This record gives sequence, structure tokens and C-alpha cells, in this order.
Amino acid sequence: MKRLLSGLEAKPFRGRIPYTMPGPIITVEGLGKKYQIDHQAERGRYKTLRETVTEKARRTFGAWRSSRPGGLPSHGSSRPTSEEFWALRDVSFQVNRGEVVGIIGRNGAGKSTLLKILSRITEPTTGRVHIRGRVASLLEVGTGFHPELTGRENIFLNGAILGMSKAEIRRKFDEIVAFAEVEKFLDTPVKRYSSGMYVRLAFAVAAHLEPEILIIDEVLAVGDTEFQKKCLGKMKDVAGHGRTVLFVSHNLDAIAAMCQNAIYLDKGRIVDSGEAKHTLRRYMNNTDSDIAQYGAIWRRPSEGAGIQMVHAEQYGAITDTIVCGEEFAISVEIDLSPDCVNHEIGFGFIDEDGRDILHANNKHLHQELQWPRQGRKVVKITLPFLNWIGSDHVYLVVYFGSIGDRYEIFERILKLRLIKKFPHGQCDRIVEQKNNIYIDGVEFIEWNASYTS
Amino acid sequence: MNGSAATELLIEPGRTERNYWKDLWRYRELFYFLSWRDILVRYKQTVFGVAWAVVRPFLTMVVFTIVFSRVARLHSDPSVPYPLLVMAGMLPWQFFASSLSESSNSLTLNSNLISKVYFPRLIVPASSVITSFVDFTITLVLMAIMMAWYHFVPDWRLLCLPLFIAVSLGASFGAGLWLAALNVEYRDFRYIIPFVVQFGLYVSPVGFSTSVIPLKWRLLYSLNPVVGVIDGFRWAIFRGHSVLWWPGLIVSMVVTVAMCASGIWYFRKMERTFADVI
Repeated sequence: MKRLLSGLEAKPFRGRIPYTMPGPIITVEGLGKKYQIDHQAERGRYKTLRETVTEKARRTFGAWRSSRPGGLPSHGSSRPTSEEFWALRDVSFQVNRGEVVGIIGRNGAGKSTLLKILSRITEPTTGRVHIRGRVASLLEVGTGFHPELTGRENIFLNGAILGMSKAEIRRKFDEIVAFAEVEKFLDTPVKRYSSGMYVRLAFAVAAHLEPEILIIDEVLAVGDTEFQKKCLGKMKDVAGHGRTVLFVSHNLDAIAAMCQNAIYLDKGRIVDSGEAKHTLRRYMNNTDSDIAQYGAIWRRPSEGAGIQMVHAEQYGAITDTIVCGEEFAISVEIDLSPDCVNHEIGFGFIDEDGRDILHANNKHLHQELQWPRQGRKVVKITLPFLNWIGSDHVYLVVYFGSIGDRYEIFERILKLRLIKKFPHGQCDRIVEQKNNIYIDGVEFIEWNASYTS
Repeated sequence: MNGSAATELLIEPGRTERNYWKDLWRYRELFYFLSWRDILVRYKQTVFGVAWAVVRPFLTMVVFTIVFSRVARLHSDPSVPYPLLVMAGMLPWQFFASSLSESSNSLTLNSNLISKVYFPRLIVPASSVITSFVDFTITLVLMAIMMAWYHFVPDWRLLCLPLFIAVSLGASFGAGLWLAALNVEYRDFRYIIPFVVQFGLYVSPVGFSTSVIPLKWRLLYSLNPVVGVIDGFRWAIFRGHSVLWWPGLIVSMVVTVAMCASGIWYFRKMERTFADVI
């Protein structure tokens, strides 16, 4: 105890752990949340007293009746009218002070339930949470806004609901109004606001909370792009001041940009957690429902020599998604037929309209590869990065040819999803010149060939 | 930065939150803000605005006077002007009834807050009671004006009025908590309340004096906490012309305390399921 306390400020130790105690700011152990799902076809919309009373009566009388000799069979329905549903199961993780953690997962994975438990809105069924700091939650934008009240009145109301004191709100009032850009409309009822103004005002109030831990649930899904940029900027600002942030979003760009770590939930359980990049990668590889057209690996559909398999790689894993601004590779496996010479391999990226974004081949770049006489060869093309092209996907084109054999071009063999990574990634379009390739910022393209037989 | 001792929180199933009462203090401004909101909204876009707060009780009193005094001739004590008698009864009754109605719906009406923000939920029905209390004070002022008009000056007993106001607050709060919590789970209460209020208005000694009730039923009658409160009000205001039956008052006070305590217990018990059920 003495060792722990030495070096800390001399404060009366009122039986509470001093603020500067090391350790994670949030510790979650074995958290679980169970819901009873009522099959509402059996009863009316809401539970009523009448139903509960008759239900209890029926049960008592039913049991009594059927126990009598020759009694009437109880006609209570044997079908269960409710069943259990575990929204969260055995969730454990830790968050350290100052971390920005993203929580990702499909709809229904349990993200919002987790946030609700951390915000003390609902109680867990199992497990425990230990939080060392003041929490403010933003689960919805504009909670408590009343349409009849003016903007000014709603700022106070919303601020108070979120936990700010009146004095605090008064102090930050001008900043809030400036952020929301609604100076002219402060004294009109909020029901007259456009949806954009409404959302700006609501977010402006929430953005000026100053808690130690901030929990945000998908509030960036609203508003136009300008506004979203502004919100993200403000949130980064908040996070930058050493605050701990837990952030749920479907906007993977935002998660990649803001979060160092991420937690991937699926069906109430943690599938993966750790560095944001890897967790995002795992998530993107797993979600296949809406990305059915994206593919990570292409295999040759027909028999024959030439290109057999192509896939894209990033961060050491096969993927169908490329993060712009980061190193990635295209791997091409080729079956070489004997007696062919002068092999040439090339690749290219085209956009939706078939426009050429970038292409190169080994001849262009005056690099020769070692080719075996026959057998399989894997060529791995590593590029330092791909620029953001203004669209969220690209198509890969690969071609291979050799004298003495066919020259095959495979167009659009892979549809690769692109995600931006800002601020570090470049966001400019690639500049291309006819038949010569200039790629902004790329100094060289490295050809790595490895041999498999 | 580390002003107060570090906020440490442990969230566990079934754990009664020791911090709850501290939280109530921390969120004390929310009591004010929620009532403020309700009162503001009531008078937005109205022509008469706040004047309604005075006009409504006044008109009710006029109607009562006409119906009960002239028509039904329930006027028992000639030394006290009937309108004042009615007003003194109506004052606490109106407060109790509107607290009941507002509280019982308060949680369901604020369901968006309950499912999205944390604050001690006790604040919600409490702020409905506060809103009704504001109406009560306005009507109290009206009553004072009426008394001046009738040249009816109260004596020392008026100093006991705060006690009876406290009892009425307690009764309203206790009953309000029960109904608020019950209404979240069983939505029938939304329909039961108006009926109970209507019924209560005629059963409680608003339009008549408690002296009308035969003595052998008085104790049972006093189980209605409003009875003790109304008797107390009348006794405090009318210079002793209205007799206060102390056993009845004691019973009412005991019932009030029981309602408050049990109301808080039940509410706290059900509070953790509100966000899931609402």
C-alpha cells in the first residue's frame, strides 16, 4: 500500500482509490445480457394486469382441476410464450485510459446492448463492469429535444439531460451555437428546423460534453458529408485530449481513422479484438452477405496453362479489401507450359466505367523475372500503396503471355473494395499519362517472385 | 483535474447502487429542468398562456360552488363561506390528483430518455409532482386573494399549513411512484387512473366536510391520505371553525409514510428493468 501511495498527491484517503491509480479505466468480465422474448401473437401489444391475473388464475385452477381424479384435462397451452435470447454472452475486455476503441459488428451483434450496459441504462444478467471515471453517453442525437421548445431552450434541456450543469451550459453556450451554426434560429421552436439544423444542434450540445469516458453509438450516421466531417473532426479533438472513447460505427473509414484498437462482436460474443487494422480486416472478411460480388481469390475457370489463381493481400492476409495508402500485394500463380519463352506478366486496375487507373507490367519497368522452364510460379506484385480513386471499389485486370503461347488477359477478375485511411493516406486521384504510368508519390514498383512447384 | 474522489463504478446484476443517492444529488438540476420543460410546453402557442394556471382552478371552484352549494345543498357550516370551504378542499385534492395522473404516465411518456440516457429514474415522477406543485402554489395564491375578498383572516393555525402541505407532497409522491412503476409493466393503469381520480373527487371531502361522515366509519375513511390532508388544510385556514379529528390525521400520515417508503422500494426494485420493458 505504501509503495502505491508514494509519489501520489497527498490527499485524504477516504477509502477510495486515488485517481492516479494505474490500471485500465474500464474492465469488463464475463458480461452477458439475456432478454425474454415474448411471443406477442399470444397476447396483446402490452402486458396488462388483466392478462397477468387471468393467467395466474388459469394456472392455479388448471393444476387443481387436472389433479382431481377424472378431472378435466388442463387446456393451458403447452407452447412456451416466451423464450430466452442472449444479446451478449461472455464478453470480457479492458480499455486503458486515453484509448480510442472502436466496436464493430453486424446489426444485431450486441454493440448497442454493450453500450447500454456500460452507460447504466440497462442491467447485465451476468458478469461485471468496473469503470474508473465519469461516463457520458451519446446513444442518440437529440435525446430529450422537445419540438415545441426553442433552440435555446433545447440546448439547456439537452445539456442537462446529458449531465451538464446549468452553469456549464451557460459557459459553453456560445461555442455550441457557433458549432451548430443556428444563431439566427435560436428562438424559433425546433419543430421548424430543417433536419440538418436539428441534427447539427443536437450534436453540438453533445460535442461539448467533457467526460473522462465518452461512449458514442453510431451517431455519425446522420447528417450530410460536410457535417459528418465536422463531427469526426470534433470527436478526434475530444479523443486527442486524452479522453477515453468507445465508438460504435458502421462507418469503417471513421473507425480506421480514429481508433487504435477495435472489438469485433458477432451474435453477442467477441470474435476478435486488438489493433484496429487487424480487427477491421477480420470483420470485412467475414461479412459476406452484402459483398457477394467482392471476391478475394480468383481461380481459373477452365483447364489450361497460364494464370491459375490470383488474389490480393494486405497486412499479410488474403483480402478483398484494400486500404488506400497502405502497402498491398497482388499474388499471381502461373502454370508454365514447357518450351515457352519471353514471359510477360502485367496487371492493371480499372474503375467501374472501365477507365484505366493504373497498369504496369514487367517489361515496362525493365525488370526481368526468373522463370522456370515449366511448372508453377507465384509472382507477387507489391505496391507501396494505391491512391483513393473517388470510388469505393476497383477491378483488377491481370494478363500473362509468352511467346509461343497465348496471351491471356483476364479483366475484372477481382472486385476489390477500397477504403480510405485518412489523414495519413493520400486522397488525390492518380494522375496517369498515356501509356506511361505516373502514380502520385510512388517511387517504384517492386517485383517479388517466389517459386513454387 | 482530480477534483472529487475518483468516480469508481461497479456494474453487476442485482447490485443496489450505493451511488444512487449521490447521483440524485448530482443530477438535482434535472428535477428543475424536466418540470420547467413540462410547464413551458403547456403554455406554448396558447393565447392566454400562463393565465390558464389561474383561470382553471378558479372556474372549477365556481362550478363546484354552484353545483354543490346551490343545487345539492351540501353546505354544512354557515360560518365558513362555501366557496372557501371548497377551495380549501380542492387545493390539496387537485394537487394529489394531477400528481397521480402525471406521474403514472411520466415514465412512459419519457421513454426515449429512459432508453437512451442515464440518470436516476426517480427524477421523472418526482418532476411531475413538482410540476403539479407549481400549480398548487398558484392556486394557493388565488385562495389567499379569495380569503382577502371574503375578509376571512386566518389565525395562528395557519402556521401548521406547511405540515399538511408536506403530507400532501408525501402522499402524491408515494402514490405517484407506485403508479409510475406499475404503469411501465402493466399498461392498464393508464386507463385506471382517470377513473380513480374521478371517483376520488366525489369520495374525498372536497365538496363537503368530513363531519358529514358518521363517526364509526371515520377511521376507515381516513385511510384515504387525502382526507387527513384536507381536514388539516381546513383546520389551519378556518380559525378552528373546521374541526380536526386527530386520529384521522394520524392514520392519514401513517398511510402516507407507508406509501412513500413502499413506493420508493418498489420503484427502485423495478427500475433496472425499465429500459428493457418500456
